[in-house]
Amino acid sequence: MNKIIEKEFFSENVAKFVLEAPEIAKSRKAGHFVIVRLDEKGERIPLTISDGDSEKGTITLVVQRVGVTSARLLDMNAGDEILDVVGPLGHATHIENYGTVLCAGGGVGVAPMLPIIKALKAAGNKVISVLAGRTRELIILEDEVAAHSDEVIIMTDDGSYGKKGLVTAGMEEVIQREKVDKAVVIGPAIMMKFGSLTTKKYNIPTEVSLNTIMVDGTGMCGACRVSIGGKTKFVCVDGPEFDAFLVDWDEMMMRMGAYRTEEHQAFENYLQTVEIAK
Amino acid sequence: MENIAEYILEGRKEEWRADLRKSMKAKERTSLERVMMPEQEPDVRNKNSIEVNLGITEEMAVAEAHRCLDCAQPTCTTGCPVGINIPAFIKKIETGDFLGAASVIKQTNALPAVCGRVCPQEKQCELNCFYTQKLNKPAIAIGHLERFTADYERNSGKMSIPKTAEPNKRKVAVVGSGPAGLAAAGDLAKFGYDVSVFEALHEIGGVLKYGIPEFRLPNEIVDVEIENMRKMGVKFRTDFIVGKTASFEDLRADGYEAFFVGSGAGLPRFMNIPGENYNGIFSSNEYLTRVNLMKAAHDDYDTPVLMGKNVAVIGGGNTAMDSVRTAKRLGADRAMIIYRRSMEEMPARVEEVHHAQDEGIEFMNLHNPVEYFADEKGRVNRMRVQKMELGEPDASGRRRPVPMEGEGSQFDIDVDLVIVAVGVSPNPIVPSSLKDLKMTDWGTIVVNKETMQSSIEDVFAGGDIVRGGATVILAMGDGRQAAAGIHKYMTEKVAVS
Ligand SMILES: Cc1cc2nc3c(=O)[nH]c(=O)nc-3n(C[C@H](O)[C@H](O)[C@H](O)COP(=O)(O)OP(=O)(O)OC[C@H]3O[C@@H](n4cnc5c(N)ncnc54)[C@H](O)[C@@H]3O)c2cc1C
Ligand SMILES: Cc1cc2nc3c(=O)[nH]c(=O)nc-3n(C[C@H](O)[C@H](O)[C@H](O)COP(=O)(O)OP(=O)(O)OC[C@H]3O[C@@H](n4cnc5c(N)ncnc54)[C@H](O)[C@@H]3O)c2cc1C
Ligand code: SF4
Ligand code: SF4
Ligand code: FES
Repeated sequence: MNKIIEKEFFSENVAKFVLEAPEIAKSRKAGHFVIVRLDEKGERIPLTISDGDSEKGTITLVVQRVGVTSARLLDMNAGDEILDVVGPLGHATHIENYGTVLCAGGGVGVAPMLPIIKALKAAGNKVISVLAGRTRELIILEDEVAAHSDEVIIMTDDGSYGKKGLVTAGMEEVIQREKVDKAVVIGPAIMMKFGSLTTKKYNIPTEVSLNTIMVDGTGMCGACRVSIGGKTKFVCVDGPEFDAFLVDWDEMMMRMGAYRTEEHQAFENYLQTVEIAK
Repeated sequence: MENIAEYILEGRKEEWRADLRKSMKAKERTSLERVMMPEQEPDVRNKNSIEVNLGITEEMAVAEAHRCLDCAQPTCTTGCPVGINIPAFIKKIETGDFLGAASVIKQTNALPAVCGRVCPQEKQCELNCFYTQKLNKPAIAIGHLERFTADYERNSGKMSIPKTAEPNKRKVAVVGSGPAGLAAAGDLAKFGYDVSVFEALHEIGGVLKYGIPEFRLPNEIVDVEIENMRKMGVKFRTDFIVGKTASFEDLRADGYEAFFVGSGAGLPRFMNIPGENYNGIFSSNEYLTRVNLMKAAHDDYDTPVLMGKNVAVIGGGNTAMDSVRTAKRLGADRAMIIYRRSMEEMPARVEEVHHAQDEGIEFMNLHNPVEYFADEKGRVNRMRVQKMELGEPDASGRRRPVPMEGEGSQFDIDVDLVIVAVGVSPNPIVPSSLKDLKMTDWGTIVVNKETMQSSIEDVFAGGDIVRGGATVILAMGDGRQAAAGIHKYMTEKVAVS
């Protein structure tokens, strides 16, 4: 059982949770994630640890409502308990002083990006962050990112905040202007695909953090498998971060749609039960 | 092994045993028919998840016990990896002392209800029975009798909790809660240690829970055993990955003086053939985990699983049988085994193969998949298979399957679900978190065969992480042997300091 200590909405569909998880708080590093199961009948879903406090024994998760489990989590409140939280999983991000690093985060992808930005900055890099979202509400953690970046560029699809345009436009702007030694792109699969096509044009080594479907998160099931440079890899134990240029994006996106019908049905059912409860 | 042989023969001299032997002529005993395990009807059971074997009655057990000759050289015992005193427990059954039989078994086997159900008896105890070896008749149904005894004890409400030594307040950690870990934890508790079992998943039991389906091993049976271990003082921590949640170093700092690693062979293998990553192609681990651990087939559980009408399962082991029979139960019209060798080479338990056949599973032996195809959404819809034939024996002594050539040696089958059950590799989490741990080229941990000690003094290991995929009973045997090894190590450690 892990108690929710604090909950804060960033927007209608994105919230931050601070959870009690003393051991994980102590051993986690930037890039790690946890697997969460809300209750006895719940599924196991992966969520990145976006911050942690080893003194207080807490970890921070930022969650976007996309389906049943995330919606149910967003309906939970401080004081509630989550049945299972296991981690930290995956490899921690490799951090070194590259020089200038471009960090592009889309939507809730900014949450997993935050600890990486902090670590890169602490390692002496010049960090330029590009935060992108469809609309103003979807830009999250701007202040936290700004506190650890040399520059922040905001992009919205509809121009409701920052500059109007896609994340790739913001990335191009920086790359055209100055020498970038390394890029990290985290967000929805489609955004990572196009983000990394952009950096590839300029031959900038790029890391992405893949968010495949997972079950156990310990390498036991293979649900999370992707093709990296033609070889099958398990995102939970071999990743979640990979060299963006080696990822078979189309296969990954196809695999992420495996349960689309089932998930959609489950979400509809859940919304109905919530309606009835009201 | 010598003292085991002695202990088995010693019991034989007891008066009641001698009298019992004389009470019926050997000829009469050998003329009795082997008991048949009552089963659910194939057409009923292939639609439910209730246990297939219904269990034998007291009368059947006593009748079967009469067949056993209480041999002067009970060769059956040599086939049991944990050296159960087989004639002693069977003779107790013959006299109707079922609880007495249970206590004989429990001297060497901590999970008899499990082993009675899942041991490959036809390759172990029953293979070595006098009936098989010399009489060319069906062996004594040792597995059925063991299961009967354990079930009788559990249902009697008089399950004995093994005695534990005075707590010595010394902490030992067990990594993984499969049969190896459970067996080690049980014995360590008996020696008086303060034992904590750390398990990565949210359930205790390892493969017994997430792999083997309820129709073969109901979870309730495993849970009763775990409850008994709790009563013996064993602590369980779920959602705790040793090497991730806390390192071995952290646990040492926390006072743990020794470790037993029973982390299993959890990493599924794929065949690396074109199209294998299409949707609808699972590892058997994923398929069985979704269904067994996450209860995906129940409407009120959130985890989904893809359903198939034409299901192909690749492989011929227990995992393949469990997967294909699960698919049938979840509504497949066609559930097929695709195996590259012939029926004789199948590693699965014979009983499971028979059950599968009765349930309407198709067996395409001497076939091997070479490629998968999918619809426009990426869901598998067709597979190409290659006909095989058996060539020369390979290193394992089994005849090597070789692809046939020529017209018609490859053809396509319609499938909408494929489950790959071609083996597993050792789980790499523990090895990768212990730099100095000596490993084999296959990723298994190197141990001293007597003590199960690894190249790191305070780390012992057993089960699939050492054997690379074996059986429940071998894993348990390792766990017990390691517990003895740890006890010796801990005792000597105190003597030195
Ligand atoms: C390593 C890793 C780290 C992650 N970190 C975070 C995080 O910090 N915060 C966060 O909000 N989410 C994160 N995710 C994604 C998160 O796990 C999914 O959003 C969640 O599993 C969805 O569950 P659900 O039941 O709410 O939705 P579902 O019912 O499972 O899915 C609803 C819809 O979302 C899509 N979807 C399913 N899985 C994913 C996925 N993995 N990513 C994107 N879309 C998906 C489906 O196609 C479907 O259309 C991470 C995923 C991985 C693998
Ligand atoms: C589907 C299936 C059917 C089978 N059928 C039979 C059968 O009929 N008869 C038979 O004899 N054998 C059968 N086997 C084989 C048998 O189950 C295994 O040989 C046996 O379970 C091995 O036991 P173990 O304790 O070594 O490992 P496992 O049972 O694999 O347990 C290992 C446990 O350790 C946990 N773990 C791993 N790493 C860590 C870590 N770092 N920290 C904490 N926990 C960790 C895992 O989550 C797992 O729960 C079957 C196997 C499968 C998969
Ligand atoms: S534990 Fe297994 S091998 Fe040993 S007697 Fe029982 S069924 Fe036979
Ligand atoms: S070998 Fe067979 S008949 Fe002889 S004691 Fe063992 S089980 Fe009984
Ligand atoms: S989630 Fe099961 S292997 Fe990665």
